[in-house]
Amino acid sequence: MKRYSFLELAKNAFSAHQNWGRQWRAPEPKAEYDVVIVGAGGHGLATAYYLAKEHGVRNVAVLEKGWLGGGNTGRNTTIVRSNYLWEESAALYNHAIGLWQNLSQELNYNVMYSARGVMMLAHTVHDVQVAQRHIHANRLAGVQNEWLTPEQAKEYCPPLNIAKNIRYPVMGAALQRVGGTARHDAVAWGYARGADDMGVDIIQNCAVTGIRRDQNGAVEGVETAKGFIKAKKVGVVAAGHTSVVMDMAGVRLPLESFPLQALVSEPVKPAFPCVVMSNTIHAYISQSDKGELVIGAGTDQFVSYSQTGGIHITNHTIDAICELFPHFRRMRMLRNWGGIVDTTPDRSPILSKTPVKGLYVNCGWGTGGFKATPGSGHVFAHTIAKDEPHKINAPFTIDRFRTGRLIDEAAAAAVAH
Amino acid sequence: MLLIYCPYCGVERPETEFQCGGEAHIARPADPGQASEEDWVEFLYMRTNTKGIAAERWRHTNGCGRFFNAVRDTVSDKFLKFYKAGETMPDLEAIAKEAGK
Repeated sequence: MKRYSFLELAKNAFSAHQNWGRQWRAPEPKAEYDVVIVGAGGHGLATAYYLAKEHGVRNVAVLEKGWLGGGNTGRNTTIVRSNYLWEESAALYNHAIGLWQNLSQELNYNVMYSARGVMMLAHTVHDVQVAQRHIHANRLAGVQNEWLTPEQAKEYCPPLNIAKNIRYPVMGAALQRVGGTARHDAVAWGYARGADDMGVDIIQNCAVTGIRRDQNGAVEGVETAKGFIKAKKVGVVAAGHTSVVMDMAGVRLPLESFPLQALVSEPVKPAFPCVVMSNTIHAYISQSDKGELVIGAGTDQFVSYSQTGGIHITNHTIDAICELFPHFRRMRMLRNWGGIVDTTPDRSPILSKTPVKGLYVNCGWGTGGFKATPGSGHVFAHTIAKDEPHKINAPFTIDRFRTGRLIDEAAAAAVAH
Repeated sequence: MLLIYCPYCGVERPETEFQCGGEAHIARPADPGQASEEDWVEFLYMRTNTKGIAAERWRHTNGCGRFFNAVRDTVSDKFLKFYKAGETMPDLEAIAKEAGK
């Protein structure tokens, strides 16, 4: 792999940047792999990368029905944070935060991780109590999170309206300074380039149509648009389509897939310094490096695979944004879109072995999987390579819905996640 | 926004009058004392999450307040049938065939 550096940049400038090589190959599938990953989004590519890098498993294929990073990886609002309530979640998301710090250097690819701070607003007495409970729980778990008064919040984010006479006045905020944003596409591309360099085959436009099992029930391989591919182990990382793929192996999951929408404004000069989220009035907002305001809305209330959502959902979010940031009222929205998110009843993910030998699943990230991409791939690679979970993802089993040991983040982050 | 027909009111109304109750025809174990853990897991948590034609529950929250069921294509979001609560699940395959799926 040609390493990217300032020298390379300067050299390529002489040829007007026309001669940069391909970042990854476009191979035809081999007949057999040690591991097949279904889904080339951020989580799937990160899994393949860490399988090759940390576990020496390099005979790996990542199969993608569309194009790499074209699902929820390219559709999310790029927020990174780890201030979750329960120890299990805090450990999982904080593991990712640790990996985010040096990810650009690790991948030799600028993922534009920007720790600009994530501020979560409290608008009611109940919000204040919940936020402070989170802060205390986080501090005990070694996760950074702090309380701001409305004035301090305004100082951190000057566009914020802290007037007392609005419908939901700001009564304070929880700030995680290490939180922020990253360039979503670059994360997928960086992992793809790194994995490809270690021998991983990334096969796009190759939908999986079946999972073949031998007479003992163990996984034998996958049927695809490009024929049968033999595999000792199969890891499914298919986000909103996980139920569909796992049904091919007869595994039922506690998932429902909903459309989740986001939208961006016309690009403007830097006007918004951090990420602001409000779970109570359903809004989150940040500004991309291109200058667009990136706004996240809520999910629709019904199961859908349409990748579009109801206009009343985005409208509701825009109402909240206009009240919290009155000077954005005259901005025009450039485009909006939807992604299909797979949610679990306790709003925590599943990173687990399955009842089928050789079949593993990484799903249920719901409305907030992007932030966990490096950590998710890291522990899922461990789970596949060792055939047992890493201690961080050990609680995130399918079996928790039988034992009752749920990791209930629903109250913590039901909407903006 | 979806337009939804309430089979009790006999009118079509915007989605904001309704609440979706998820997958339809999930029966609570008849004898809870005898139900196994697996029965409860299936009842409480497991969902088919169909991509295609599926039956789901709706409630006309801001109308008559009653529950009813609907058959919808989860890819196009088009409704194919509405029917009252308590009626048996229609033949989804036949509905799919009729809709040309």
